[in-house]
Amino acid sequence: MAEPTRRDFLYIATATMGAVGAAATVWPFINQMNPDASVLALAATEVNLAPIEQGQIITIKWRGKPVFIFHRTKKTIDEARAVKSGDLPDPQPDEARVKKGHDQWLVLVGVCTHLGCVPLGHQGDYNGWFCPCHGSHYDSSGRIRKGPAPANLEVPPYEFVSDTMVRIG
Amino acid sequence: MSGQTYQPQSRFMKWFEARLPIVGFVYSTLLTYPTPRNLNYWWTFGGILTFMLVAQIVTGVVLAMHYTPTSAGAFDSVEHIMRNVNYGWLLRYIHANGASMFFLAVYIHIFRGLYYGSYKEPREVLWILGVIIFLLMMATAFMGYVLPWGQMSFWAATVITNLFSAIPGFGKAITLWLWGGYAVDNPTLVRFYSLHYLLPFMIFGVVVLHIWALHVPGNNNPAGIDVKSDKDMLSFHPYMTVKDNFALVLFLIVLAWLVFYIPNYLGHSDNYIPANPLQTPPHIVPEWYFLPYYAILRAIPDKLLGVVALFASIGVLAFVPWLDTSKVRSARFRPLYKQFFWILVICGIGLGYLGSKPPEGGYVIAARILTAYYFFHFLVILPLLGYIEKPRPLPASISEAVLKPRKA
Repeated sequence: MAEPTRRDFLYIATATMGAVGAAATVWPFINQMNPDASVLALAATEVNLAPIEQGQIITIKWRGKPVFIFHRTKKTIDEARAVKSGDLPDPQPDEARVKKGHDQWLVLVGVCTHLGCVPLGHQGDYNGWFCPCHGSHYDSSGRIRKGPAPANLEVPPYEFVSDTMVRIG
Repeated sequence: MSGQTYQPQSRFMKWFEARLPIVGFVYSTLLTYPTPRNLNYWWTFGGILTFMLVAQIVTGVVLAMHYTPTSAGAFDSVEHIMRNVNYGWLLRYIHANGASMFFLAVYIHIFRGLYYGSYKEPREVLWILGVIIFLLMMATAFMGYVLPWGQMSFWAATVITNLFSAIPGFGKAITLWLWGGYAVDNPTLVRFYSLHYLLPFMIFGVVVLHIWALHVPGNNNPAGIDVKSDKDMLSFHPYMTVKDNFALVLFLIVLAWLVFYIPNYLGHSDNYIPANPLQTPPHIVPEWYFLPYYAILRAIPDKLLGVVALFASIGVLAFVPWLDTSKVRSARFRPLYKQFFWILVICGIGLGYLGSKPPEGGYVIAARILTAYYFFHFLVILPLLGYIEKPRPLPASISEAVLKPRKA
């Protein structure tokens, strides 16, 4: 084609500026639907573990969802570790689902991986949880054993601020 | 009025156009539509207003995603938008200052119409549709201002809804019905929210009619004379599209100046105090664009007549096509009318100033004089001028007017 003219340059430069301007204008309207600062502030929740007795499960709210914190006895932990991976629909060793040195603390997102109901603690055939909606059974490591749920209960990101304080998220 | 029609080239477009000729419609309405070649920048405000309507709707809809329309939660939800929502501060300031710019543009647009006689035959319905849009805008802006539920929001709502109690007989009943209770409270807020969301779409509908009514005879022009031939015209695109876009950019610079440097300048600081039904602020004032009407309302000592005067001051606009008896459209060729036009502008600004002042002493007297003059302009001066004014000779055609050097 013929030598580009000044007009071509102006058209392309203007269109580019227009595109950049349009993107800059649109971005706040899209971003305003992203989680706002008050939601992000609740993205991390600290929980004091001291009052939780051995064998007790408590439920706290994190990012709008229930989180189970299970203070396991040694017997429960050994049981969970004795399970063969062949028996697990979603194989995962118990060690991978807890923090080293804090094996008695099991922290799980309390949302059934099937269709999202909240499973009931200390119920079911495997000393863990039972989901009443469609009959999924989770064991004492929160792993799916029986029922329609496809995956183990999710372990949220968390860390031990101290031996008695955990920060989730 | 018509320009060249759209000729679809591809097979798909021919098929589509035969079923829904929308591309052809856009083509003839926005691209080839003939416009007088002598339009000046006062003609860009219609396009600016359309843009501002869309901008207010878009910012309003996203704000509505975060706003809580209850008397308990509204104020805090606005602070939540300002502090927590991503770019919430920007969206809120654009919406609030956008409303002010919307009114600035509409006042310029109206005064353009008054100066150049754009309301005259055959554009009377176009003009009346404009008055309707103006009324809808005022209702929308009023209800929108109530939503943050600050002191000014609450007390402005109380004052304005109380106006209806002036109606003899069933006035009080109407006011109770509007409130949904015995005073402005949660029910009032929630219904204002619903209506504030609704009305802009009604405005949009009337704007469609307004533009349709414009396109039938075509645009007026600064010389106020009819188009004689195609030589007087230019296609809308690229001449008016580029001109409108340029004017819009300048307009948006002013909006951006407000939003980014002085976003609370046009507001009232009392609206950052949560609404308190038990304490009225010392000076209740509406936003600047309502001040002239507020001055008129307070100038009349009688409650009912004050309300009547308020609505009449807007209603009188609808009759201007018939109140003005002159056969000449544009003030360019009406030396007497031109002076009275500018006096009216000063009268309007004066009334606005007085609306911001407490209704005491000299301010009241001045407001009464200016209110009387306002009505005198429309009801006495306009009809008389048609008979006593000697207009200057009109140019033979627009192209002739454009080609000859213009004398002020």
